[in-house]
Amino acid sequence: MTKADNSHSARPSRGFLVLIAGTLAATVAAVLLSACGGSSTAGSTTPSTSGSSTTTGSNACPPSGAATSLTGAGASFPYPLYSKWTSQFDKQCGVQINYQSVGSGAGISQITAKTVDFGASDGIMTDDQVKAAEAAGGPILHIPMTNGAVAVIVNLPGVDQGQLKLTPDVLAGIYLKNIKKWNDPAITRLNPGVSLPSSDIAVVHRSDGSGTTFIFTNYLSKVSSEWQSTVGNATSVQWPGDIGGEKNDGVAQQVKQIQGAIGYVELAYAIQNNLTWASMQNKSGKYVEPTLDSTTAASTGVTIPDDTKVMITDSTNPNAYPIVGFTWILAYVNQPDQAKGESLAYYLWWSIHDGQQYSKDLLYAPLPSDVVKKAEAEIKSISYQGQSLLQLP
Amino acid sequence: MGAATGESIGANRRGLLASWRRARFGDVLFRVIVAAFGLSVLALAALMLWQLFFESRESISTFGWGFLAGTHWDSVNRVFGAAPAIYGTIVSSLIAVVLAMPISLGAAIYLSEMAPPWLRHPASFLVESLAAIPSVVFGLWGIYVLVPWIRDPVERVLGGHLGFLPLFTGPPFGVGMLAAGVILAIMILPIITAIARDSLLAVPSSQREAMLALGATKWEMISRAVLQYCRSGLVGAVLLGLGRALGETMAVTMVIGKTYDINTSLFAPASTAASQIASEFSEASFSLYTSALMELALLLLGITLLVNIAARLLVWRIARSPEAIKE
Amino acid sequence: MSAITHARRKWTNTVMLGLCTTSAFLAIGVLALILGFVLINGISYINFDFFTQLPKPAGESGGGVSNAIAGSLLTVGIAAAMGIPFGIGAGVFVAEMAGPRLAGVIRFTADVLTGVPSIVVGIVVYSWVVLKMGHFSALAAGVALAIIMLPIMARSSEEMLKLVPQSQREAALALGVTRWRTILSIVIPAARRGLITGGLLAVARAAGETAPLLFTALGNQFWSLSIAGKPIDALPLRIYQYGTGPYNQQHQQAWAAAFVLVTVVFCISLLSRVLLSRRG
Repeated sequence: MTKADNSHSARPSRGFLVLIAGTLAATVAAVLLSACGGSSTAGSTTPSTSGSSTTTGSNACPPSGAATSLTGAGASFPYPLYSKWTSQFDKQCGVQINYQSVGSGAGISQITAKTVDFGASDGIMTDDQVKAAEAAGGPILHIPMTNGAVAVIVNLPGVDQGQLKLTPDVLAGIYLKNIKKWNDPAITRLNPGVSLPSSDIAVVHRSDGSGTTFIFTNYLSKVSSEWQSTVGNATSVQWPGDIGGEKNDGVAQQVKQIQGAIGYVELAYAIQNNLTWASMQNKSGKYVEPTLDSTTAASTGVTIPDDTKVMITDSTNPNAYPIVGFTWILAYVNQPDQAKGESLAYYLWWSIHDGQQYSKDLLYAPLPSDVVKKAEAEIKSISYQGQSLLQLP
Repeated sequence: MGAATGESIGANRRGLLASWRRARFGDVLFRVIVAAFGLSVLALAALMLWQLFFESRESISTFGWGFLAGTHWDSVNRVFGAAPAIYGTIVSSLIAVVLAMPISLGAAIYLSEMAPPWLRHPASFLVESLAAIPSVVFGLWGIYVLVPWIRDPVERVLGGHLGFLPLFTGPPFGVGMLAAGVILAIMILPIITAIARDSLLAVPSSQREAMLALGATKWEMISRAVLQYCRSGLVGAVLLGLGRALGETMAVTMVIGKTYDINTSLFAPASTAASQIASEFSEASFSLYTSALMELALLLLGITLLVNIAARLLVWRIARSPEAIKE
Repeated sequence: MSAITHARRKWTNTVMLGLCTTSAFLAIGVLALILGFVLINGISYINFDFFTQLPKPAGESGGGVSNAIAGSLLTVGIAAAMGIPFGIGAGVFVAEMAGPRLAGVIRFTADVLTGVPSIVVGIVVYSWVVLKMGHFSALAAGVALAIIMLPIMARSSEEMLKLVPQSQREAALALGVTRWRTILSIVIPAARRGLITGGLLAVARAAGETAPLLFTALGNQFWSLSIAGKPIDALPLRIYQYGTGPYNQQHQQAWAAAFVLVTVVFCISLLSRVLLSRRG
């Protein structure tokens, strides 16, 4: 029975077939080999399935019987730090905290849907979101982990790190698309020695629901009444323009690729990718770059409520960088699963104590001690069927 | 071979009957199982459609027809409108078809009418291989190779010389509607080429011979006899390509710039229904939000289905060979 | 008809045929361009570590995608375990048992299902599986991929089964073999090469899908072979996340992962072509 179309009767040569078979075989073999050493992270010595309670250094590891793996999802703002933390916690305690950076908006919805064990957000949950979460799993905590600066990154060849000076008005004007070109007098006036191109400013914002956006728009709402009335403060707003990037990663990537672009990302992304940031004029009139010190200054002396839900943008501290925010882990007080709840409580305790030593390298500011105290109280309240899960003194 | 006594015949008959009943039971069981598998296809389609309708109810009742015209997607004020997504989906797909159609049809004509026999199969294989490349790999290539190329020189030149047209206004970001259209064009090339080529090959050689006997040039033979004959198959091929472009998610999301806006310029960043769903679904934190996204998915599905159904009807008119199932 | 018209016709002929030839080689050229970039950018990062190491924290160099490769194998395996039998079964039903009208309806539905955007499949499976189970998992991802594989498998199986000569069925029935026995022992084995091919192509398609994984697998930076217990990683997810981020070392790994994925998919396609081309 012949067919009308005989386009398949070409027979590739034997050599070709051998090459392909060899590639496939090599790939499969490599995968199978990796199955033997599957649990090895580079340098990790503790197999992930042991569930051991090795306690090196401090007393921070969960006791045996606690879950050996957890899933969390949310903010990309602290992701560079969290990915370091989870890797360290695995090495130290053999508990795998799978943290997926999906954006604060998704972190909030997924913890409300209870498809993850904890969420993460740098935006404070709205009343409606809190109500929805409480309906799903009872009271929900915002536990602060660290604070970070939102760097205003620019792609302007020839402009050095921190050289570009921007005032709050100008920044708002750029993002409102009132100031369209780099050589607009409003910008050149602030930067007399700097040669700015005549090209359009490519404004990059977040396309997804973002805590970083929450911090950024919180700041812009405070400093610009036009912004406050037309755009507002939320994890997701109606941007006047131009390009949307997904997560901090996407914004950093777009700014990196497009000359004349401006964007806002957490400082670690700017540093790790050699992006140029601008100096922002703070409330005291000083031009400040986002650094560890200026970030820390923004959170010192602020009154922290017990639920730690506070925004620290536009600080009055003269050394503070104006666009700084806390980032929180979102966890239910009443944990549905005892083993998982236990691991979670211990991990969170580890994060606010042991984890803080890793923050400085990534330029996240360690938590001030009064914030740590409030966080400790919150973590101690995490319980299973009424009993607190944290068994540390 | 024993004596055919009444008893043994009876025993034989009973044994035969029993085994016949077993076989019948086997047959019935088999029929039932296989029918279940077959009907699972229908069940799947029905269930998916029902799920989308069910989840969209809240959005449909809240916004009504206004959803199609609404231009804002505001999760804070709880107002959702699909117009920019639909616009982006349709425009990027149309650009893709406009760019891909001439190249695909030309390639199909070459493969079916012009290529020497030894070249025909390898060349077909190579063109069809484009279809095997995963969408996310297209997207990766798109971000780091295509977009920079579009930013400079394409958009720079187009903007410089034809910038007076509303199509080419705006700063050259690289990411945007044009990039999405180009990458979609590349992705639908193989589909249109393969099905067009099959349609062309299905034209009986008598048509060609008759035309040539009348003194036509090769091109005249192709354009007047062959193309005319399988017209509906060719249109079907293009429509199938369009259908694929409409539903494409990853590659488009990675190069379109993800701004929820309607803009006449091809340089402007945009969104498609698929990219909007991909970006926003996991953060839909209240029921109206999810419902709006489901309604968007339903709209996308509706548009895609209409195009696909039209395409299939047209393509089925031309006899297809069994191996032409390439998706 | 004057010489001018004749010349014009000849000229048109040359130009149009030239354009067609150019188009064909343009299409092939684009393919070469894409594959070339994947090869050049990807192969530089392919090393043993890449296949055996787990990912490093953001910003640190080194590490690999062993968990993503395992995750892809697992999710596609789960998908194939569901999608291929259902697909072949549906193909058997349409080719052997269904009446012409029902067969037509199922065939049409399957064709139309292949055109459903994979992101839509992803969000539907999120509601059906992830929300019901309460977490992301390889199983959810497998279900989503199986839904994508099913109509492809059904259509190709049907076509392959129809290729088996009717005489074989009739001979078996004449010998007294029951219907179901005929199908299982005669028809399916006769079509097995085509069925395997269809399965391979469906698997290749599923292996490259990303959109359905976004809402079903979530991702996992650790090693996991858990089917239903926790989120899982996969190569396409890794390519997407690394490719859309700013970290150069992640970009390298994205290209390398793309190279691996493309190589596997191509090998499968080539293998299926070879299988099909060998006439029994």
